[in-house]
Amino acid sequence: MGAQRKGATRAEDSDELARVPLQAILLADSFATKFRPITLERPKVLLPLVNVPMISYTLAWLESAGVEEVIVFCCAHSKQVIGYLESSEWLSQPNFSVTTIESHNSVSAGDALRLIYERNVIHGDFILISGDTVSNMSLTQVLQEHRERKKKDPNAVMTMVIKRSKSSPITRQSRLGTDELFMAIDPNTKQLLYYEDKADYSKAVICLDKLLLTDNSSISLHNDTQDCYIDICSPEVLSLFTDNFDYQHLRRHFVKGLLVDDIMGYKIFTHEIHSSYAARIDNFRSYDTISKDIIQRWTYPFVPDVKFGGNSATKLERQGMYRASEVVQSRSAEIGPFTVIGNGTKIGSNTKISNSVVGEGCTIGSNVSIEGSYIWNNVTIEDNCKLMHAIVCDGVVMKSGAVLEPGVVLSFKVVIGQQFVVPSYSKVSLHEQPIKQDSDEELEYADNSSGIGELSSIAGTVDKSNGVMSSQLSGEQCQPTDELGTGGIGYVWSICEGSHEEEWRHSIAPIPADKLAEAIQTTEDDLELITQDGSVLPASGELKLDSIDSDDVDNEDSRDDSIDFEKEVEATFLRAVHENIKEDHVILEVNSLRLSYNKLFADCAGAIFYSMMKLALETPHTSASELCNNAVSVITKWKKLLKSYLNDIDEQIEVILTFEEMCLESAKEFFPVFAKILWHLYDKDIIQEEAVLKWDDEKKDADDSDKVFVKQSEKFIQWLREASEEEEGGGGEEEEGNQE
Amino acid sequence: MERGERESETPRNALSSCSAPMDFQVVVLAGGASKKLIPLISKEVPKALLPVANRPVLSYVLELLEQSNLKDLIVVVEGQDAAVRVGGWISGAYVDRLHVEVAAVPEDVGTAGALRAIARHLTAKDIMVVNGDLVSDVPPGAVAAAHRRHDAAVTAMLCSAPVSGPSESGSSGGKDKTKKPGRYNIIGLDPTKQFLLYIATGAELEKDIRIQKSILRAVGQMEIRADLMDAHLYAFKRSVLQEVLDQKDTFQSLKQDVLPYLVRSQLKSEVLLNGAPQAEENGNEKVNFQKNQVMVSRILANASTPSFHEFSGLGTNGSAPRTHKCCVYIASNRKYCARLNSIQAFSDINRDVTGEASHLSGYSFSAQNNNIHPSAELGSKTTVGPHCMLGEGSQMGDKCSVKRSVIGRHCRIGSNVKVANSVIMNHVTIGDGCSIQGSVICSNVQLQERVVLKDCQVGAGFVVTAGSECKGEALAKKEK
Repeated sequence: MGAQRKGATRAEDSDELARVPLQAILLADSFATKFRPITLERPKVLLPLVNVPMISYTLAWLESAGVEEVIVFCCAHSKQVIGYLESSEWLSQPNFSVTTIESHNSVSAGDALRLIYERNVIHGDFILISGDTVSNMSLTQVLQEHRERKKKDPNAVMTMVIKRSKSSPITRQSRLGTDELFMAIDPNTKQLLYYEDKADYSKAVICLDKLLLTDNSSISLHNDTQDCYIDICSPEVLSLFTDNFDYQHLRRHFVKGLLVDDIMGYKIFTHEIHSSYAARIDNFRSYDTISKDIIQRWTYPFVPDVKFGGNSATKLERQGMYRASEVVQSRSAEIGPFTVIGNGTKIGSNTKISNSVVGEGCTIGSNVSIEGSYIWNNVTIEDNCKLMHAIVCDGVVMKSGAVLEPGVVLSFKVVIGQQFVVPSYSKVSLHEQPIKQDSDEELEYADNSSGIGELSSIAGTVDKSNGVMSSQLSGEQCQPTDELGTGGIGYVWSICEGSHEEEWRHSIAPIPADKLAEAIQTTEDDLELITQDGSVLPASGELKLDSIDSDDVDNEDSRDDSIDFEKEVEATFLRAVHENIKEDHVILEVNSLRLSYNKLFADCAGAIFYSMMKLALETPHTSASELCNNAVSVITKWKKLLKSYLNDIDEQIEVILTFEEMCLESAKEFFPVFAKILWHLYDKDIIQEEAVLKWDDEKKDADDSDKVFVKQSEKFIQWLREASEEEEGGGGEEEEGNQE
Repeated sequence: MERGERESETPRNALSSCSAPMDFQVVVLAGGASKKLIPLISKEVPKALLPVANRPVLSYVLELLEQSNLKDLIVVVEGQDAAVRVGGWISGAYVDRLHVEVAAVPEDVGTAGALRAIARHLTAKDIMVVNGDLVSDVPPGAVAAAHRRHDAAVTAMLCSAPVSGPSESGSSGGKDKTKKPGRYNIIGLDPTKQFLLYIATGAELEKDIRIQKSILRAVGQMEIRADLMDAHLYAFKRSVLQEVLDQKDTFQSLKQDVLPYLVRSQLKSEVLLNGAPQAEENGNEKVNFQKNQVMVSRILANASTPSFHEFSGLGTNGSAPRTHKCCVYIASNRKYCARLNSIQAFSDINRDVTGEASHLSGYSFSAQNNNIHPSAELGSKTTVGPHCMLGEGSQMGDKCSVKRSVIGRHCRIGSNVKVANSVIMNHVTIGDGCSIQGSVICSNVQLQERVVLKDCQVGAGFVVTAGSECKGEALAKKEK
């Protein structure tokens, strides 16, 4: 199968870019701390996954997929990685060259890629993966897609491999233990438009830039995909990392950086795989899940009974049981389904093992029960021990009767005392917990960088002293013994506060029912939060109730217009006031506003009057009469402007109505002087008596609350009525008297 | 809701005998005096009666509903006067075809307010609400069926946004062809395109798109589309509609308040979904029938994929959040769908209904692709091009040319008149040598000799003096 694929890819290559061999960059450092304390002593890529180091899965897959040259970037514990590669067969494969680049000061994938760029070893499109990837996908199609896109659009620098997963967040959480991922993808071009991997729990909404929809008429938003962390990159990616020296994380910085930056116009595309397998071991939970996937043969041909990457021969028996050739097993021992037993392991009587992986050279006593656990090499488990969903590293000794509760991780060479019960989620190591332990994921780089020196020195000692180590340590310090029962050796790492909550998410232990319920509850709470938010959010509809002309049945869209229009008119008017612009010009401007907003003259009159009154209000004043004087002077000054919109009775009434509304709402200061100003408006010939009388008539049937202003100007109106009847102007002084 | 029950008993009893077989009541929101359409509309011609291909625009909706056998209608008109006029016209035109009640509501109450005002007349299990300015050939029956099939709280009809839609396709002489693509709504759909997960309208379009994660989580994948438009045709479950209208008294608009609210809260429903109160109003037989309906729809829904609503409703037993469904019916993009809500739309729809969408007009077009009433008189050397209409009793002088225009009844048009891309209503007098392009001339307008109008609207009864030349203006009586 592998050979076939290789052939096919080769053929493609010779067609397209035969000159450049297909290269891959394999990051043999995850630049994360999720596998601590184990990774203090051994690099993550060398941790056994179903008895084979993780990196072997990655390399085996790359070889079968037709990659010809792999550059392995080693940082933490680089000597161990290089040592493993040298001792393995990977360096001596025909048509598959593996070279290493070593670094001691890289703290992130960004640093790694910058270093690789400096070395100038990449010559064409390459595959970027980390050494903890398990996959069996064929690269032919995705490479071809990538190259074709690249030909058409040189800015298409990267193709990400994604896989559809179950949509329910609960299943996702329980499967790989990874964070929620939201992606927006153009359904036609498959371009990635939005990527949010670190679920910010306080934010219940995704905010997509409105500009995304200007280019694409549709976007598909995904919460049901998983990022396989397999990227097909063009060489530009390396230079991009060099140009942007602050890019650290492949996703958080690089991908998001490219998506946000629209100046350079670089694009990322996605490729969805359907039937093949691809997953990355990100944490203990995915370690558990992927191990089970391997045992259940989803990753074929990379399964225990097929030879690859130097695994020892194992035979598949019924019910998914794999057993190496030299296993010594008591007759009364029961090996359950989906279990792998490594070479040279001895199992005592009445021992039950199910859904577990046991490495090479282990000694398991009698009456031991092992369920869902991962036991690495040369582990000694004495009689009557009980292990549930635990990871037990090389060289661990469990004295008789010790119990591991779900989620326990025992690092190298730890000794658990007799009858000792290790509580759930404990992590035990011979090394003391680094004091500076950041619980905040965002700071994990900083943590890492400080940890690096310490790491390599520790690694060095471990490598050299190997067996002597434990005795040395226990000699130096006697405290650890107390923590783990009589004869126990090791430190129990305290779970720092922040991650305590999260511990169950990433542990290999099955998620307890109450946590699951809690998780469901949080999603529900989220929901609640939104609806509450939601009812506040649609301000668009509710706040505008007080706009002057609320919508009628059909043109609801005009609601915003009115407000915008008023604002524009006000701005225009204020500009005119401050810059002494001629009235004619202002009229011209307002006219053009009127046309562009499709408004009536009455709207203009209202808006201008509103602006004038606001100006008067903003001019300093101490009393109502002063305010009135201000208003009068503004009115006098801009009479011509206002009058040019008052050709009609209706428009004049609009002014009165606007004024009324102002007095009630936005400018209550005018309330006491309403009648006065109304009289001045009449006096200045701005409003005709006909308009005032008509306004009065209209208000006749209104509620009392609506009539306050009519009442206030009652005398004035009465005077007007009498005057119009008698055709006399003599009442003027009388009226003025009344005003006081 | 209690209030609604009791009061509705009396006025509706007489009507229930002839309710449509689907038990859908239809509310047609016919509007009143829309500011956007000034000066086309006037006291005499409310919006609902604006002519489209010489027929009131409201007739398009009414006949569309009739075709789907939805005959139990309430036409809501803003303003008493307008209601009288619309009512008069309806009773004349549809006297024994439809069961129509005309209700007047105050102006400026908004669409939600209009429904509040007539709430006590609503008795059917489901209510369809449609705008009176819709010109379309999408069957409302299909929307109703989709609504029933999903047992939805609300079903909205979506159609292609006009840019890519039929109104702009082909050789239509629209002058805004080069404008930026119109954006009416941003709509989020589930992968099966049956459920409405997100909707943005109006001012929200200018903002960034904010998607609730919880909905996305529940559905896994959401498709966001900008090329669809809310056609303002909704089917509501009556109990839901009334409850929302009662409780959220600040809601003014169906489109901007009620629908987005229902969409937002669909996984955390705050409305009662059981149609229980109905049991009292209807006879026993009917209740059984309805229960069966619900059952059938449940079974149908389960037989296909279980919808995400049920999915997200699972989980912690008992305390599961209540959900309601917001569905969509997406009209095929071959269908015509437009709303007459602006002057531009008025011109476009008139052009389309005499052009590409001529099947909507109900007239038969001649071999020349035009429709000239037999009683119309044409002078010598006068040509009427394709996609034109000439109404009953209109007269045209010599050497006139009419292109892509609609001319109403009893117009008198002089000689040497050019009319292109325009709508001329009834009883218009046009003097010799006039040129009218891209304009709308309302009824009883008089254009004296040699008037040149380009992209103008002339309000009813206006007189344009001889020799005037106008461009892009609205001429109405007010401005002397």
